[in-house]
Amino acid sequence: MKKTLATVAVLATLATGAVAELPQAVKARQGQFNLMALNLGILGGMAKGQIDYSAEAAQAAADNLVAVSSIHQAALWPEGTDNMSIDGTRAQPVIWENIDDVMAKWGAFGEAALAMQAAAGTGKDAIGPNMGKLGGSCKGCHDTYRAPQ
Amino acid sequence: MRGLLKLLVAAAVVSAATGLWLTAPNRVAPERFANLTGDSIKGEHVFTASGCASCHHVPGAEDKLTLSGGMAFPSDFGTFYAPNISPDSEQGIGGWTLLELANAVTRGVSPEGQHYYPAFPYNAYNKMMDQDIADLHAYLQTLPASAVPSKPHDVGFPFNIRRSLGGWKFLFFNDQWVIDVPPELERGRYLAEAQAHCAECHTPRNILGGLDTGRWMAGAPNPSGKGSIPALTPNKLTWSAEDVAYYLESGFTPDYDSVGGHMAEVVENFSHLSAEDRTAVAAYIKALPAPGTK
Repeated sequence: MKKTLATVAVLATLATGAVAELPQAVKARQGQFNLMALNLGILGGMAKGQIDYSAEAAQAAADNLVAVSSIHQAALWPEGTDNMSIDGTRAQPVIWENIDDVMAKWGAFGEAALAMQAAAGTGKDAIGPNMGKLGGSCKGCHDTYRAPQ
Repeated sequence: MRGLLKLLVAAAVVSAATGLWLTAPNRVAPERFANLTGDSIKGEHVFTASGCASCHHVPGAEDKLTLSGGMAFPSDFGTFYAPNISPDSEQGIGGWTLLELANAVTRGVSPEGQHYYPAFPYNAYNKMMDQDIADLHAYLQTLPASAVPSKPHDVGFPFNIRRSLGGWKFLFFNDQWVIDVPPELERGRYLAEAQAHCAECHTPRNILGGLDTGRWMAGAPNPSGKGSIPALTPNKLTWSAEDVAYYLESGFTPDYDSVGGHMAEVVENFSHLSAEDRTAVAAYIKALPAPGTK
């Protein structure tokens, strides 16, 4: 009985170890992508007509995207946080071989966010084309640097 | 005894002859293409919808129209490399006639009469209209030429025997539509089944690499290793038709996650097609039967 309990305890510890907390840098970068998705959802919902257009809300969402794009990325991408090294991330190791290219693509997101910021408050129809540019900047990085689910 | 031997020899000759006949390249009838003239403007649409550049552009290059090839396609049978299909007359396909392109794209047969590996999705393109092939031929000539030689495939025995692909074609080559649809869904089916060749990744394959049409678009392991290709069938796909069309336009999922991997290239193509075409594909996807019910 004692042995069984001990075994259970050991297994439980191992199981906890297997779902170890993600490094803070990974949580932070995933958090910024969630912030992007949340605000893109507001703008996309308006473009699709699923949410009523509000110049104020659209502007706020676009401003948030610009704010996210202005976060310096260096601290969020430490070595050893790729998907071969740890679970819970889809960041491909090739990111660290091409970090300049990855950061250039992050910059492209920033440019697309600025274009949205300039347009979002001017009317519903201005959102759609800028969503396309933002989507293009996401794709530009995700085609090579993010692993499939 | 001698009679039995004779019979065995005769049987061997017949089966060898049948094998050779079965595995011989099967070309299109030349008269089908004799009077067709390609329109390069329309051909650009065929080219985009068919995703030619997505596999034939140089890996990692920003320029998606210099089709030198080189992209790797790992599989259970070895690694295939997309060849040079730029209009270079030596290394590319610049010297090809319309008929030669038609045989390549719709029959998987090279101008020299060799079978192509089905990593090249001719089993989807074989459902394309002849005029679309002619238009594509005209458009391909307008692209920049590249003298980069094609990279040889890295495929081991016995799959390196090209002739054996004749057997593969005998088993799996199918130029008929897979899903029966009402007339209003035919455009979407044409785009999805023939041109965009969605099933090549989204349908699981049997051990010989043939598509399991009974589980059409039911999702499959990712041949490049990690992860899987999602199912598009109604038992799994929770997106509305509008969601699918918007994804093909913008690359955003209903949760505003973004498209990634090779699908990013597909969305890039679809974003250049018309809204009507994206809506048509979405309607076809939403009409797919659940796996095992076809």
